[in-house]
Amino acid sequence: MNNNEMKLEFDAISENEGFARVAVAAFITPLNPTLEEINDVKTAVSEAVTNAIIHGYEEKGGKITIRCHISGDFLTLIVEDKGKGIEDIDKAMEPLFTTRPDMDRSGMGFAFMEAFMDNLEVESKPGEGCRIIMEKKLGLSPWIEQEEETVRESIHSR
Amino acid sequence: MVEEMKVEKEYLMIKMPEEIDHHNSVEIGKRADRFILSEKIEHVVFDFEKTRFMDSSGIGILIGRYKRISCFGGKVFAVHADRQIKRLLLLSGLEKIVEIMD
Ligand SMILES: Nc1ncnc2c1ncn2[C@@H]1O[C@H](COP(=O)(O)OP(=O)(O)OP(=O)(O)O)[C@@H](O)[C@H]1O
Ligand SMILES: [Mg+2]
Repeated sequence: MNNNEMKLEFDAISENEGFARVAVAAFITPLNPTLEEINDVKTAVSEAVTNAIIHGYEEKGGKITIRCHISGDFLTLIVEDKGKGIEDIDKAMEPLFTTRPDMDRSGMGFAFMEAFMDNLEVESKPGEGCRIIMEKKLGLSPWIEQEEETVRESIHSR
Repeated sequence: MVEEMKVEKEYLMIKMPEEIDHHNSVEIGKRADRFILSEKIEHVVFDFEKTRFMDSSGIGILIGRYKRISCFGGKVFAVHADRQIKRLLLLSGLEKIVEIMD
């Protein structure tokens, strides 16, 4: 079983959204994730980092930290900011809830993190920042992926 | 790579870029709105043929344009969305307000 860890700290500016998801995708590559799994993780990273930039730091800048931990085929991903924090976490996590409809946000960020990762935890205190902890098992064997595909197709062809 | 926009009759056609996130979504929304305000546009077509990555910022672009044109009977179309993008559209319930076509 291989263990591996990395930590990234970068400025909370939109230029770094692409960098952050590509860096995490590169880090998990040795686990042989499927293309779909890579895309899932990239989406989750993008959501958490974008939230830190727009909501946590309100686009005024700051630092974002990403920590990745691999244990066997299990990924733990932690995205942290020291921004304004979340008042009501349950409310914030409801699909379609957003405090920024004015800037074309749809309130789907947490819903996507929840859908694309196996586990999602949000820790936050107003004024102190926000920590997003996500977990996902990677490298589903091809037949399991095939099965998932068949199920999805049968649902959507109805 | 930047998105391309052109007007064909009452349709605004937008070829979406390879990656759509908050870094470029604000500009795409603004450019689309300038077309919508200055030309006789009824419907907006988002073409995802070249798009390999999208997050909730893309959902925001679609909902934002829908809000602008739907009150005048306009429609929003999403074409050539790959599997991953379709998943995002369906998770957001956009099939209720956007015509999703291959
Ligand atoms: N890091 C953060 N710091 C402070 N508030 C946050 C943070 N992340 C999320 N929030 C709050 O939670 C709400 C919901 O977040 P979510 O990502 O689900 O939607 P959104 O960012 O508003 O819209 P979308 O992600 O669809 O563009 C946000 O509107 C914001 O109020
Ligand atoms: Mg968000």
